[in-house]
Amino acid sequence: MIGYLFDYETLRVIWWILLGVLLIGFAATDGFDMGVGALLPFVAKTDAERRVAINTIGPVWEGNQVWFILGGGAIFAAWPALYAVSFSGFYLAMFLVLLAMIMRPVGFKYRSKRTDPAWRTRWDWALFVGGAVPALIFGVAVGNTLQGVPFHFTPDLRPIYEGSLFGLLNPLALYCGLVSLAMLVTHGAAWLTFKAEGTVADRARAVGARSAIVTSALFAGGGVLVWLGLLGGYRVTSPIDWDGPSNPLVKTVVADGGAWLANFHAHPLLWIVPALGIAAPLLAAAGFQARLEGWTFIASKLGVAMIIATVGLAMFPILLPSSSNPSHSLAVFDASSSRATLRNMLIATVIFLPLILAYTAWVYSVLWGKVGEKSVEKAGSSAY
Amino acid sequence: MIQIKPSIFVRRYETVSRKDAPMSDFLLVDLSRLQFALTALYHFLFVPLTLGLSILIAMMETVYVMTRRVIWRDMTKFWGVLFGINFALGVATGITMEFQFGMNWAYYSHYVGDVFGAPLAIEGLMAFFLEATFVGLFFFGWDRLSSRAHMTVTWLMALGTNFSALWILIANGWMQNPVGSAFNPDTMRMEVTDFMAVIFNPVAQAKFVHTVSAGYVCAATFVLGVSAWYLLRGRHVELAKRSFVIASAFGVASALSVIVLGDESGYALTDNQKMKLAAIEAMWETEPAPASFTAFGIPSQNSRETRFAIRIPWVMGIIGTRSLDRQIAGIDELVAHAEARIRNGIVAYDALEKIKSDRGDTAARAVFDASSMDLGYALLLKRYLPDPRQANEQQIKDAAWSTVPYVPLLFFGFRLMVACGFALLALFAVSLWHTTRETEAPRWLFRAALIAMPLPWVAIEVGWFVAEFGRQPWIIDGVLPTFLATSELGVSDLLLTIAGFTLVYGVLAVIEVRLMLAAIRKGPEIAKVIDDLRPSAGPAMQPAE
Repeated sequence: MIGYLFDYETLRVIWWILLGVLLIGFAATDGFDMGVGALLPFVAKTDAERRVAINTIGPVWEGNQVWFILGGGAIFAAWPALYAVSFSGFYLAMFLVLLAMIMRPVGFKYRSKRTDPAWRTRWDWALFVGGAVPALIFGVAVGNTLQGVPFHFTPDLRPIYEGSLFGLLNPLALYCGLVSLAMLVTHGAAWLTFKAEGTVADRARAVGARSAIVTSALFAGGGVLVWLGLLGGYRVTSPIDWDGPSNPLVKTVVADGGAWLANFHAHPLLWIVPALGIAAPLLAAAGFQARLEGWTFIASKLGVAMIIATVGLAMFPILLPSSSNPSHSLAVFDASSSRATLRNMLIATVIFLPLILAYTAWVYSVLWGKVGEKSVEKAGSSAY
Repeated sequence: MIQIKPSIFVRRYETVSRKDAPMSDFLLVDLSRLQFALTALYHFLFVPLTLGLSILIAMMETVYVMTRRVIWRDMTKFWGVLFGINFALGVATGITMEFQFGMNWAYYSHYVGDVFGAPLAIEGLMAFFLEATFVGLFFFGWDRLSSRAHMTVTWLMALGTNFSALWILIANGWMQNPVGSAFNPDTMRMEVTDFMAVIFNPVAQAKFVHTVSAGYVCAATFVLGVSAWYLLRGRHVELAKRSFVIASAFGVASALSVIVLGDESGYALTDNQKMKLAAIEAMWETEPAPASFTAFGIPSQNSRETRFAIRIPWVMGIIGTRSLDRQIAGIDELVAHAEARIRNGIVAYDALEKIKSDRGDTAARAVFDASSMDLGYALLLKRYLPDPRQANEQQIKDAAWSTVPYVPLLFFGFRLMVACGFALLALFAVSLWHTTRETEAPRWLFRAALIAMPLPWVAIEVGWFVAEFGRQPWIIDGVLPTFLATSELGVSDLLLTIAGFTLVYGVLAVIEVRLMLAAIRKGPEIAKVIDDLRPSAGPAMQPAE
């Protein structure tokens, strides 16, 4: 079997890449659903317009959201220590995300069950919260991850988190939240111009052309913050045992303001990734102007992927630095599952991921075409 | 058998002061358990109906595709509307489930993530994607797909929901019977040694069949009850009659499956599964095989006896062991066994501490390898003192007694579940018998079907309770006690999230029930009228009948 070809080190790096694939898969698919939710009150004013916006994502958001669920499951399986530390550490922030995301399945399904305008307006706000709040908080979580989070382990490897919710909501982390929000709003706008007809698409185009530039600028600004050493930076100072047991108490790590740029300095080719993170949203902005809807969506998707990949590449091999006990930070080489589990999971992924991509592509192709007020009207009660 | 003084029965940790139990704040543990119970029980109000209704809908649509009779498509769409209302809350509450292990049970996540996380991730890969990708097309694809293609989509959706039950029960089965894994002293956690053993865990397989069948019973009861309501009022008679027939047939098959293939067959496998079985049966002492079944009685935890017991000879031995000659262990015997394992666990704990201070200590590693299967039992002592090696005799005996779950709740819970199951089997059987006759079914049968509607939910929620409360004090049987498994959170964090979830879930429950009732009251016309108005355009449309 394929798993036996790979040693522990290779499996760890593969799962680090797959972690990135999952996060990008989530942001590139469910990201536009969240963007549409966040844009809903602004690009669609009447009930008919809102139904158009909602029905562009109605049939697909549920499958897209599985990237989020799978992300949780895969982190649990492949990076159990990361799962344990991050979700218990970001406890109240995660709680807010969950409450917001709980609003979406019911919002989509229940909104159209009654014609009462007050009922529908309430669900519109639920969908707005379900899109905007997670989009913001995921960025805040990335910001905290870059800065480092206050936690340590007991000798039994029980994780102890030392911070608070308000510590998580610090200005620099909120800045990263804005990057994420702008990025996903742009992505949602790109989807709406691609998929919706009429006024909704026009308003989305106007918003997207601006938010794409904002995304690019905010991301570049984040780069400056990293360069100034304000957004963290940690460096492993002991020799790394890539095949060693997953025990985060063995190595040593120090905080070092410039360390997040070290990988780029060591491998200058990697600069392509953050450069595309800045350029792709600008391309999307041009695409919005030029009404090249398909290309705009692709450019936006590329921007999402490159912005997320930049974070991962900057931090490698660290996954989650500890600000209070840097040596207890979680790293690719000491926070993974056992070799057997990484191998088993890789086999499952190699079997199922291509299938998932194939049937998802088929579903999108069946649903191909624009959504407008007429098509929503015609679909009757099977539309949202 | 050992004699134990009554004072030892005071084993519930309420009596232990926090000073005596430094490892964990028990209020935090209780609140974490409460939150998990609330969110899991609530999630499981919606899941069983999804499991069964997806299959029933797919069966109805298959009849439509085979016969081309439009009534079957109307049925598919009508029950599909109710399915959708239920499904939305199942999805919404499922989001919480995937993340709260990490949020509330961080030490658990670290300790067993290597084993427990994999089925969860595979559930996402194999089941959730299938289910969630095709559920959209089920609702939005009627005009875009040929009828055969749409039927395939419906079956794939049903397959996805049922696969997800498989993988979550493989994960849960491992909590009950932790096969294919071992503790690694270098990483201080359980790691997988044989993944195939985890997948083909007999407890998981038994649980899967039992739980999925229970979901089918739930959906059959739901369809039967709603159809009966229409038949009582003479509304939508054609649709209701057919639904009644299909539900009663499906119901008989699934109720038989849920009863005959109950998951107690897995209860003979481990010490703690045996303890659960003994507690369910309030079997304080081992009986000669085959043991009798206590149909009714009043068990008392303190005096360790079951008063007013009505016993049926042989039945328990046959149910529990599928044999006439194998014994079922009683509680006293299992406690004595636990005490021996605690003593061996202390040896493992001591060896582990030596390994932690000197990774190269090969002698300690050899000792650990020989005793590590009982490490979890030593951890039970952490309820009483920080270092199990310092435990006195009394504490060891207390810890052994702490492996007995609270018997009366399990005893009565199990009987309530079984009573619901048999009542539903009788209802389905009578219904099916009447559908084969020429004459109209009597109105009392419809009323009975209506009244029976809550029963599957009662049985399912109680069944969850029996399985998971019966596992206590373990979160992973014999491996990790529940009270050690939580996150290091503040009590106020837990109170806030419990209040938040309760509020949001409560509001959503009210909304869901109202929408469901409104959709039932409205009946299937909507789907039909819109169908009739809709021009049969679109190249993919099949010619209507």
